Amino acid sequence: MPAAGTWRAGLVALALSLPAAAGSPAADAADLAGDAAGDPAGGGAGLSGGLSGVLARDLAGDPHLDAVPRTADEAARVRAVTAPATDFSAPEPYESRPGGAATVRARTNADAFSQPSANMSFDDELLFKVGNGLFRKTWVSSPSSTLASDGLGPLYNARGCQSCHIKDGRGHPPPPGAEAAGPLFLRISVPAPPDAPLSELEAYLAALDGGVSRARPDPVYGSQLQDLAVAGLPAEYRLGITYEEFPVPLSGGETAMLRRPAYAALDLGYGPLAPGAMLSPRVAPPMIGLGLLEAVPAADILAQEDPDDADGDGISGRANVVWDAASGRPLLGRFGLKAGIATVREQAAAAFAGDIGISSPLHPKGWGECTAAQAACRAAPHGGGDARGTEIDGHGLDLVTFYSRNLAVPARRDPGDPDVLRGKSVFYETGCAACHRPKFVTHRLAGQPEQSFQLIWPYTDLLLHDMGEGLADNRPEARATGREWRTAPLWGIGLTGQVGGQSTFLHDGRARSLLEAILWHGGEAEAARQRVVAMPPADRAALIRFLESL
Amino acid sequence: MMRQITLGLLAAGLVPLHAQAADRAAVLDTYADIAEAGYADSLATAQVLRQAVGELVAAPSQATLDAARAAWRAARVPYQQTEVFRFGNPIVDDWEGRVNAWPLDEGLIDYVDPGYGGATDENEYAALNVIANPSFTLSGETVDAAEITPALISEVLHEADGVEANVASGYHAIEFLLWGQDLNGTGPGAGNRPWTDYAAGADCTGGNCDRRAQYLLAATDLLVSDLGYMAAQWAEGGAARAALLADPDAGIAAMLTGMGSLSYGEQAGERMKLGLMLNDPEEEHDCFSDNTHMSHYYDGLGVRNVYLGTYVRVDGSTVAGPSLSDLVAAADPELDARLKAELDATMAALTAIRDAAEGGFSYDMMLAQGDARGEALIMAGVDALVTQTRSIERAVAALGLDKVAFEGSDSLDNPEAVFQ
Repeated sequence: MPAAGTWRAGLVALALSLPAAAGSPAADAADLAGDAAGDPAGGGAGLSGGLSGVLARDLAGDPHLDAVPRTADEAARVRAVTAPATDFSAPEPYESRPGGAATVRARTNADAFSQPSANMSFDDELLFKVGNGLFRKTWVSSPSSTLASDGLGPLYNARGCQSCHIKDGRGHPPPPGAEAAGPLFLRISVPAPPDAPLSELEAYLAALDGGVSRARPDPVYGSQLQDLAVAGLPAEYRLGITYEEFPVPLSGGETAMLRRPAYAALDLGYGPLAPGAMLSPRVAPPMIGLGLLEAVPAADILAQEDPDDADGDGISGRANVVWDAASGRPLLGRFGLKAGIATVREQAAAAFAGDIGISSPLHPKGWGECTAAQAACRAAPHGGGDARGTEIDGHGLDLVTFYSRNLAVPARRDPGDPDVLRGKSVFYETGCAACHRPKFVTHRLAGQPEQSFQLIWPYTDLLLHDMGEGLADNRPEARATGREWRTAPLWGIGLTGQVGGQSTFLHDGRARSLLEAILWHGGEAEAARQRVVAMPPADRAALIRFLESL
Repeated sequence: MMRQITLGLLAAGLVPLHAQAADRAAVLDTYADIAEAGYADSLATAQVLRQAVGELVAAPSQATLDAARAAWRAARVPYQQTEVFRFGNPIVDDWEGRVNAWPLDEGLIDYVDPGYGGATDENEYAALNVIANPSFTLSGETVDAAEITPALISEVLHEADGVEANVASGYHAIEFLLWGQDLNGTGPGAGNRPWTDYAAGADCTGGNCDRRAQYLLAATDLLVSDLGYMAAQWAEGGAARAALLADPDAGIAAMLTGMGSLSYGEQAGERMKLGLMLNDPEEEHDCFSDNTHMSHYYDGLGVRNVYLGTYVRVDGSTVAGPSLSDLVAAADPELDARLKAELDATMAALTAIRDAAEGGFSYDMMLAQGDARGEALIMAGVDALVTQTRSIERAVAALGLDKVAFEGSDSLDNPEAVFQ
């Protein structure tokens, strides 16, 4: 086993698909952001000029949170406690509690991801349970006698949150021959016409990066394809998936079989897709720990950015940026498979609108994702306009947001097991921890005691990385290119099968085991992947064992 | 060992003795004794239910169906009083979904009304109808269900495909098989399954009466075996009892956490307030039998049992011993008096719901949108449960348990712990 750090010598330099910086983007962006730039609270230690400096200034205020700025003493303590592990002979202090004080006992059944933050008051438990009721409820089409439950669609992928976030965990791709695609759907966009005016976000990103990929929703199908529709309307499509199996030889005479998916939008209900349509398959990610990820100081995430690979480790890491129309400011993207959404509340509202067709104060149209070109769909009955106002009202959305913030991360099962510790050491030596960043400390938050000032172990840097051609969806999303994905959090990943009945991974569930998931890594992670392929089988087994303990 | 004391003895003056002698371990003993007795009663009443179900299947008639329904209602009385043990006891918490999961997509089990929605896209097994299909496909695999056994129910069907609503086992599955769907919405009336759903030959209604009988027997056998398992966990030497007694402070904290979590989030929140918010009879806990008022009543009673260290068994005898109330009274007599009064107020509110429901104003009718009387009845229960939880929180503090009340109370705010 190579000593930590030595692997860097053999690293192949990767051509990243980043647009070349033109002119003085930093200065331009600074001008553009103007007075909106807040005082970066929370100590962006280690930052200096360049792109990250601009983003840090523009994003570090974390306006979505009611955060108390860190003192210098706290910042120093945080730096010490989040330093990478160096001793693998025993677990680190608090390592067994990945969600800090919010961590719950690891249930041995399918409810392991469905528990409220352990440090929650009884009052808040009520909010959580009522939020759970909304999360698991099945919406029905309008008009219906159950007024508080109607408004489904008219186009939809699912009738409730729980049907894709299975038991609050990960969705999985449909079994062969299934009628409905279930938790897997296709996002869609088309290249923006050259004469389309720049959106505020595009203007900001163009100034920041010196260029921007510009896409628009499909003029007919919108930004995601729904394979279900209420009675009387055609669904948009039927998802076709085929898999092609191929072997990957590993050291020690072992072989892994991977399956390469191919997707097709079949039986299109509203005519052909627009020319140049880009499709991106997505399965529902697990729900645990979202409030903690939302509470990580943006400055600490941006401090990991290395867009030009200045340190030469082959890992770039770029933050995605979301435009907040309400404040006219950019926000750090944290959620979604390409970090295209900034807050849990917006993520919940977007999923209600796009996946279930339920309107909310953030997405008030009762017709959900129907476009102007889908006139019958827009004219279909919907559930808004009664006492609720929108199909889920602000109060309901708050409850679902609270619930989603507080689905707790289960405790590690056996962080002190010798095989687990060995695997942890392999994880670090292989370079996994460069992106799957183990530790953060959350903001001190005035109104969110459950998430406030916790040492957490999500194993993600929340940044975008080029993952290579094998995983590319070739569909840009804001600042993310068609080859970039947000580093997936790994906490709880070992309980995937226990919770959802299937252990499938990656953005579209193509990997049927953790090893397959690793072997799909390419791009910035190609060197790490090659090390996993080449390492002694016992090390590989230990690495998997470590992941299963998360 | 279980202390069985009659109410007469309590009245004769044992309570002050308890107060003097009450230490934490003794209070935990009482709690474990009540759990043991509660699960033993749940097991015994489930065995009576099994007997009644056997008679229904052997000789279907209105009389044997009515007897089985009565046995089901009776079985709920002790079981609901044990729900308080679920919160704070990992062994119970990990097991509970097998016996009391709700709500369920009943079409997985048996025929449903066409208005139910059929094979919904939401849950492709919502209309699987195992009773009508001896062989079917689940998650891409063919399942042989020619014989409906407890193993088929618990290992294959329950939470099939990871869908929570695919509840195939437990009280509510049996409830559905005895009552059928309640198609009355928020109007009067419960499920109305005809006894002929179990009739032989040409008299059979609903089809597949033999398989329906097989399912009912298997589900009831499974319930009996699951309850037998839990009763053993609380017996002398059982794992749940041992885990509880291992750390007295954590055990007392678990008792209070259980009382608070059941009162507030679970009962006041998920089971009562949510239904009112959604005006949805599907949010009714015992929706086929319209027995919800009883479930709420006995849930509330279970919380009070734990505080007072007293449980009246099905046979009328009483299990009692040193109690949480004794501990709190020693630390803060005013708080103890207040909490006892609040627990009584909750029982009064739950009694009002029960009496109204028994008088014909069933719980699903109370949920109807704009029904002021129903809303007032339910909200009185919610408010009382919330009020008592405030005092439960104060009791945690009064007993100096703040630090152990919640899992993982260590945080970065304890710099010594982090930077040692």
